[in-house]
Amino acid sequence: MHLAYPAVLSALLFATGLYGVLARRNAILVLMSVELMLNAVNLNLVAFDVWLDGIARDTLHSGQALTLFTIAVAAAEIGIGLAIVLAVYRNRGTSDIDRLRDTAESGDDPDDAGPGTAAAAAEKAEATA
Amino acid sequence: MTTTTLAVLVPLLPFLGALAGLLLGRAAPGFVRPLAVLPPLASLVLAVLVAVRQGGGRAVDAATELTPTGSVPIELALHIDGFAALVAVLVALVASCVQIYSTGYLREDPRYPSYAALVSLFTSAMLLVVYTGDLMVLLVGWEAMGICSYFLVGHYWETPEARAASLKAFLVTKLGDVPFLIGLLALAADAGSFRITTVVAGAANGGLDHPTLIALLLLAGVAGKSAQFPLHTWLPDAMAGPTPVSALIHAATMVAAGVYFVARLLPVFAASAAALVVLAAMAAVTMAGSALAALAQDDIKRVLAYSTIGQLGYMTGALAVGDRGAAVFHLLSHGAFKALLFLAAGVIIHAAGTNSLAAMSRMRNLRDRVPDAYWTMTVALLALAAIPPFSGFFSKEAVLGAAEHTATGHTEGVPGAAGWIVLVAGLVTALLTAAYATRLWLLAFRGRGADAPDHGRQPVAMNAVLWVLTVPSIVFGLGYGLLPGWFDGRSLTPTFATSVLGTGAALVGGIVTYGAWRHTTALAARVPLGAVAAHPEGDAGKVEAEAIASHAPAYGGVASADDPADPGRLLLGPLHRHAAAGFRLDALYAVLFVRPVLAAADVVRFLDREVVDTYVRAAGAVPRLLGTAVRRAQTGNVQTYVSVLLAGTVVLAVAALLAATGA
Amino acid sequence: MSTALAVTTAAAAAETRGFLSPTGVEIAFLLVGVVTFGAAVVTVTTRQLVHAALWLVVALGGLAVEYLLLTAEFIAWVQVLIYVGSVVVLLLFGLMLTKAPIGRSPDADSGNRPVALAVAVAAAAALVWVVVDAFRTTWIDLSGPAAGTTAVTGASLFQSWVLPFEALSVLLLAALVGAIVLSRRTGGTDGSDGDRRSTAPAARTGSGPDPAAPDKEGAR
Repeated sequence: MHLAYPAVLSALLFATGLYGVLARRNAILVLMSVELMLNAVNLNLVAFDVWLDGIARDTLHSGQALTLFTIAVAAAEIGIGLAIVLAVYRNRGTSDIDRLRDTAESGDDPDDAGPGTAAAAAEKAEATA
Repeated sequence: MTTTTLAVLVPLLPFLGALAGLLLGRAAPGFVRPLAVLPPLASLVLAVLVAVRQGGGRAVDAATELTPTGSVPIELALHIDGFAALVAVLVALVASCVQIYSTGYLREDPRYPSYAALVSLFTSAMLLVVYTGDLMVLLVGWEAMGICSYFLVGHYWETPEARAASLKAFLVTKLGDVPFLIGLLALAADAGSFRITTVVAGAANGGLDHPTLIALLLLAGVAGKSAQFPLHTWLPDAMAGPTPVSALIHAATMVAAGVYFVARLLPVFAASAAALVVLAAMAAVTMAGSALAALAQDDIKRVLAYSTIGQLGYMTGALAVGDRGAAVFHLLSHGAFKALLFLAAGVIIHAAGTNSLAAMSRMRNLRDRVPDAYWTMTVALLALAAIPPFSGFFSKEAVLGAAEHTATGHTEGVPGAAGWIVLVAGLVTALLTAAYATRLWLLAFRGRGADAPDHGRQPVAMNAVLWVLTVPSIVFGLGYGLLPGWFDGRSLTPTFATSVLGTGAALVGGIVTYGAWRHTTALAARVPLGAVAAHPEGDAGKVEAEAIASHAPAYGGVASADDPADPGRLLLGPLHRHAAAGFRLDALYAVLFVRPVLAAADVVRFLDREVVDTYVRAAGAVPRLLGTAVRRAQTGNVQTYVSVLLAGTVVLAVAALLAATGA
Repeated sequence: MSTALAVTTAAAAAETRGFLSPTGVEIAFLLVGVVTFGAAVVTVTTRQLVHAALWLVVALGGLAVEYLLLTAEFIAWVQVLIYVGSVVVLLLFGLMLTKAPIGRSPDADSGNRPVALAVAVAAAAALVWVVVDAFRTTWIDLSGPAAGTTAVTGASLFQSWVLPFEALSVLLLAALVGAIVLSRRTGGTDGSDGDRRSTAPAARTGSGPDPAAPDKEGAR
């Protein structure tokens, strides 16, 4: 099998997760997207491990070991992440990411200034990309 | 000890006393009074010793060069001739008297330690000026006196008059000091040295290239320091300082420094006939104008201040006719009796609770309250009015004699015009001087009305000093036979013609004033007038500060009172109004100098605020606009930040790949 | 988009070997991959939050199948156990506890969406381009002994990787404690839930994390 199949699938999943992280409003949905990105990486690790095992360059199975570690770390991450989200929700009454703007330049109304600045940032991003 | 060592100690002791006083003033209040009184007394003893050893013989010269100072060397030099020795004795004597007097006068003043230290520092500076043989060192003492004067005039800084007066004194004298400094440098450049002996020798041999320019530049500084027209306006206002300060600085010593300086460098001035004529004209205007103004003043100390200006005019007049012996003779006798006048005036102000002659003329028995001040002041006023045989008579006759000598063409190198100017002005001033002296005496001691307030006896320290100073006021004039040996050797003996003329003028002035007073004094009862200090039980300094502060609100002006019983008003007629205001010279200066300066300041402010600042503000506005733009990106939305971050990462990665593959 | 990329991939792979190996595993991989990718896309775009979690199950399950196809069977079962079994359950609990709306919520996407789309597309394009360019000729030989059997994985894990493995257990413990600390309500400073905690003040102060937030048990 071509290595390109899992690699491309992994890239696409990663980009999808990226979109979710950047576009979702609910913090838990953002966490789900993060899980998607992690799994994309895991797929890459497993595929490359299998490839390297096949041509006998790596006998440590480091790819699969790392995958297991990643899964464990991801489990820890989701636990911590959810705890944080719950704490934020309890303090703020919301878990919407774009309403948590304590670091914003003061003086702007956070709700009103959102779309305008986002649009400005979008223009900037498109200009640079 | 050698004479040189003694002479070095004379200015050094008061300086050390001032330092110690400043350092210990708070820590050890018990030492303040000894530290204030003893150094001037020691200096007095040493100065007398120096004078005795010098004895009018050859001048003592000593010099040491601390460090090389380039083309024109500056040396720590002493040059003690008869002039220096005697003036130093006078300075030390008056300073000692003033320090003793101040212990009583400012008995309860919380700022006494710094006051005493400043007086000591001032004394030290004046002695330095007197003894030094180097012009740069002289300048140091000259400026130190200026700054001490500023601080001491402003001693009662709670009153606005004192604040304004101290600033005015400082600025006006500095106005003269700038050309003075330029003149000193020009003089040194011409003569090749700052040493007075070298400069004088060079000037006598005609070694100066620009004698007139230098002399006129130096004259500006002299006019500022010695309160000569047109820079005299600071001196009457400086009476807002404590009376001992007025006695020391503004009568006996500092204002005499200018005269003394010209006396020392007389050959430089004599090298320029034009400078001498200017000096004579300056002296004449000063004499006559100040005497008229003195006749119109209501504040007893301002009368004395204008009188000081006039007497300094006599001295500069004597210098203008090339006789420095007469000038210094008058300086010495005037220093003694003017200090006495001021100190006695301080006692009277304390006793009367007011400094206004109008108020005193409505008090009976004031002379009984202060018998010491009454008698000593009478002596001093007689000396001031140049009545024989008091000291003022002899010294003034020496001046008039010298003027007559010149006017009749007997003095080489001095234009006869200078002599005539000084002689005529001197005779007119003699008449006016006697007039205002009589007026002062009559108003202060012959008052009618309610009894003067009784605050008990004045402190012994104050009264004793008055009697000490009375001695030279009476007998010093008789020294006219000895003094020429100390000075240039020219006779100081009164000539018959000027004696008759001068004394006659003085008698006429006195009698006319008495007649006018008899005529007006009846009016005094009809116009009640007067205000006394709120705290008559306080020490003299406090009473005086209150009297100064209340003069303008109570009498309508710092200088004059609206009193029909004033004989000066009758004598001067329509001139009285202008004379009281010092002939409106201050107003003229305000129009000529102050307003243009203020207008220029306004223009500068406009240029600074509206023109220069525009660029500055614009330079600030552009980054502010940029900052606002950048600030709008700080939305606080984490997702936006991460989006931009990742977009940048992708761009960088693609760019790196393209660069790596060589595309 | 995926079909276009697949065409590119196929074209690239066609140079040395065909798209298909004799076993035809590529076909299965591609089909499952399409399903996985589709489920992922739906996960990040759906407006129903609970549905998003369920579509995530589909995507993660699809990935588990892909692992199986790559002969990494142990990883595959771990994936099913941990991700499908516990992580998604955790996420559902989280949604519940934050009172996420059930049904279509109109504001599931933030205003950042156009930027996010641009960045994601740019990242996808760049990654796919690089990956295809780099690995277009690389062939995975799946015919040999399975690379990811439990025996092989266990041997390598407990011979070569035992130290990191133990370190990881410490990490998990730390995460556990951290999650407890974060989710237990602290003191009376927070007025909004002080009333709910008022029944057990002594327990809160006295006996450590055990009686901590009731949602903690569910979370773990």
